[in-house]
Amino acid sequence: MSGNMNLTLKVWRQKDANSQGKMVTYPAKDISPDMSFLEMLDVVNEGLIHKGEDPIHFDHDCREGICGMCSLYINGHPHGPKRAITTCQLHMRSFKDGETITIEPWRAAAFPVIKDLAVDRSAFDRIQQAGGYISVNTGGVPDANATLIPKVVADEAFNSATCIGCGACVAACKNASAMLFVSAKITQLGLLPQGQPERYRRAQSMVAQMDAEGFGSCTNTGACEAECPKEISLTNISRMNNDYLSAKLFREEELHHSSGE
Amino acid sequence: MSLDGKVPQGPLADKWSKYKFDLKLVNPANKRKYDIIVVGTGLAGASAAASLAELGYNVKAFCFQDSPRRAHSIAAQGGINAAKNYQNDGDSVFRLFYDTIKGGDYRAREGNVHRLAEVSVNIIDQCVAQGVPFAREYGGLLDNRSFGGSQVSRTFYARGQTGQQLLLGAYSALNRQINAGKVKMYTRHEMLDVVVVDGHAKGIVTRNMITGEIDTHAGHAVLLCTGGYGNVFYLSTNAIGSNVTAAWRAHKRGAYFANPCYTQIHPTCIPVTGDHQSKLTLMSESLRNDGRVWAPKTVEIAEKLQKKQITAAQVAEEDRDYFLERKYPAFGNLVPRDVASRNAKEMADEGRGVGASGLAVYLDFADAIKRLGEDTVRAKYGNLFDMYIQITDENPYKEPMRIYPAVHYTMGGLWVDYNLMTSIPGLYALGECNFSDHGANRLGASALMQGLSDGYFVIPYTLGDYLAKIGPKKVDTSHPAFAKTKQDVLDHVNKLISLKGTKTTNEYHRELGHIMWEYCGMARTEEGLKKAKGMIQALKADFWKNAIILGKNEEVNASLERGGRVADFIELGELMVDDALMRRESCGGHFRLESQTPDGEALRDDENFAFVAAWEFMGENQPEKLNKEELVFEAVHLSQRNYA
Repeated sequence: MSGNMNLTLKVWRQKDANSQGKMVTYPAKDISPDMSFLEMLDVVNEGLIHKGEDPIHFDHDCREGICGMCSLYINGHPHGPKRAITTCQLHMRSFKDGETITIEPWRAAAFPVIKDLAVDRSAFDRIQQAGGYISVNTGGVPDANATLIPKVVADEAFNSATCIGCGACVAACKNASAMLFVSAKITQLGLLPQGQPERYRRAQSMVAQMDAEGFGSCTNTGACEAECPKEISLTNISRMNNDYLSAKLFREEELHHSSGE
Repeated sequence: MSLDGKVPQGPLADKWSKYKFDLKLVNPANKRKYDIIVVGTGLAGASAAASLAELGYNVKAFCFQDSPRRAHSIAAQGGINAAKNYQNDGDSVFRLFYDTIKGGDYRAREGNVHRLAEVSVNIIDQCVAQGVPFAREYGGLLDNRSFGGSQVSRTFYARGQTGQQLLLGAYSALNRQINAGKVKMYTRHEMLDVVVVDGHAKGIVTRNMITGEIDTHAGHAVLLCTGGYGNVFYLSTNAIGSNVTAAWRAHKRGAYFANPCYTQIHPTCIPVTGDHQSKLTLMSESLRNDGRVWAPKTVEIAEKLQKKQITAAQVAEEDRDYFLERKYPAFGNLVPRDVASRNAKEMADEGRGVGASGLAVYLDFADAIKRLGEDTVRAKYGNLFDMYIQITDENPYKEPMRIYPAVHYTMGGLWVDYNLMTSIPGLYALGECNFSDHGANRLGASALMQGLSDGYFVIPYTLGDYLAKIGPKKVDTSHPAFAKTKQDVLDHVNKLISLKGTKTTNEYHRELGHIMWEYCGMARTEEGLKKAKGMIQALKADFWKNAIILGKNEEVNASLERGGRVADFIELGELMVDDALMRRESCGGHFRLESQTPDGEALRDDENFAFVAAWEFMGENQPEKLNKEELVFEAVHLSQRNYA
């Protein structure tokens, strides 16, 4: 097909968490501009497999921009050069014939490399497990319309709730701070009436876990917001700081893991 | 053999409440003596794991993704139905039940569907209590919209990301129980077999996808919540990782596979552009509220459009065929999914398709923009249009969208009774993984409903009954059945690893997909299906000779993971073809060319095919045995679906 491109890829290859990694150069030939970035990697990998070489490992799943599994640091940007999209929605028409593309994993101490371009983001799950929820059992809840929620509040909570937990914010931040991610959940639940009883406790627990995981602190650079595929706003961080400060000054609770019994 | 679905006796409306009362209970102090295994943590799995842990059971949950939040439930766009009648427009539990039975073309089980409609009301309450930010009106009450196949507004939604918000709600409930120590979560683990002890499911075998370690886990019951198998078609709207392996391996251990040929083809997907394509993207059905579907009237005009000699705008009004409006004036562009899909394919088959491949029809917003203004259209559909622009590099505000049907959801799955138990006692299947609630065609906004219904409100009751009956006596992994099953899995993995042929597993998968789409897709014939069967058998034999699997088991090995899944898809593909061959009728999205009305609509054969086909595995390379569960309709009369 005419209009196809030939590219050079510089890819981070790392056998596993304990091995030393290095950049390796691969040609990517006859690439259609209609391919997504991940499909381009699929094509390169098919070629590698045919040659008996270990394919490049990367995380991906829904390829619709919503599951948050795909990552990739492309030419110095999480999810590549375009704003507000995930890597799976990045298409090769955003690149030029003959271009060299550098592909690296997310770089953060709290996200250790698993293999090549895939990293372990389970720290994010542990932060959510520390308090990113409303404590309610199944059944025995009030009718959904018994709790009135103004439209503007529901919309604002929704904006925060759209975080896909991909980790681009951490990857973009010079301190590898997770504050945009953590603040999005704190804001969503902190805005809603259902989230009030645990609001300050939640801020304390999640921040404590975030620190324990080794994420850095926020210096208001704004790279996280600029690189977030879902355009989560920095305002969330202000809200989180507010709740955290209120908790520390006025409502500090002793945190312990509930026994569940 | 005739199968018993165990639907309780008595009036439809009282079945579930009476049944719940009759079920045995496990007392709270005894619940901690039971261990439950949950495989898959999407809507069904996460809600089940959380609810069972809340009750006091010890839960071990497994998913192949790096986090339960990635489950493919997250991609659902449109909404979730519930018979709340908040709109005062005449909705009721019975109406939701009725619409679902009719929409499923009378191939679903009445008792299950009525329960689903009953429970739908509780689901919304539950999700709101968890902080799911559903759309609201200015007065603070929940907003609703209507969706394909119904005449009332009963769909609750969170913009175009309802699945995401519902899954994150269930994920948060799951996280709470992980924190409480009642759920132990295993991510990046793939289930490769079920362990059956004295005829009961007592555990699973998993592979740790980081280290390759093959491990066994024991429990009093095993819940499969592993989603659908649409990826058998290679290209589908499913996530790349969605696979049938857990369900298929369970099938080979004795769980019947029901109605495997029931696949939903969704009409509004972005068309395929080339062989490199890895998946298809769905555009929300809501677009058909304002977009008009058309194809050029003649093959000549279509060819000019395909070669880009003319643009869509240059096609005169009288040269356009608004085929849905023409054939179905009452429903127009809003006919159900199966009808819209079949008609689009007919256009392409006649040579009247558009786009470079000719495999597309137009979804045109020009009239809507003229009528409503571009700003209004942008407010309603802006995010969908943006997504379309991103993928196709075409601007739907200026030229019509190209759409084509794609595989979306599978209504077949493991056979379960009213308790959601498979034909292996102690093995359950929830959500898309089972077959029970959607019949031959799934209505919009009812997949999310079933996942959460099964997980939050059905399994906590029905599982207790089984557990109370078997008692808390532990089976542990020292039982010889565990070592034996683990060895079987290791043998299978080693067999895969030893394949050093010339063709990648991806190439086999693509080939399988072509066969399935061509012969077991939207329209099927006896002749085509017979041909497909031979082709799949040949593909299977070739796979085990010529596939390439690189590397070793004891490492991160995507090629091994994929190889195992593709091998299972090939086997399932053959069963789907057998099932389609046997079913000499058209129903829902399953269209047998030999069975149609004079107008070319799907013609059911209730006399001979009002049953669930539950296939029983009889050994490698043996024909499977057909078991039938007769479908009994007490509350609705079977009638021909007609949208003209």
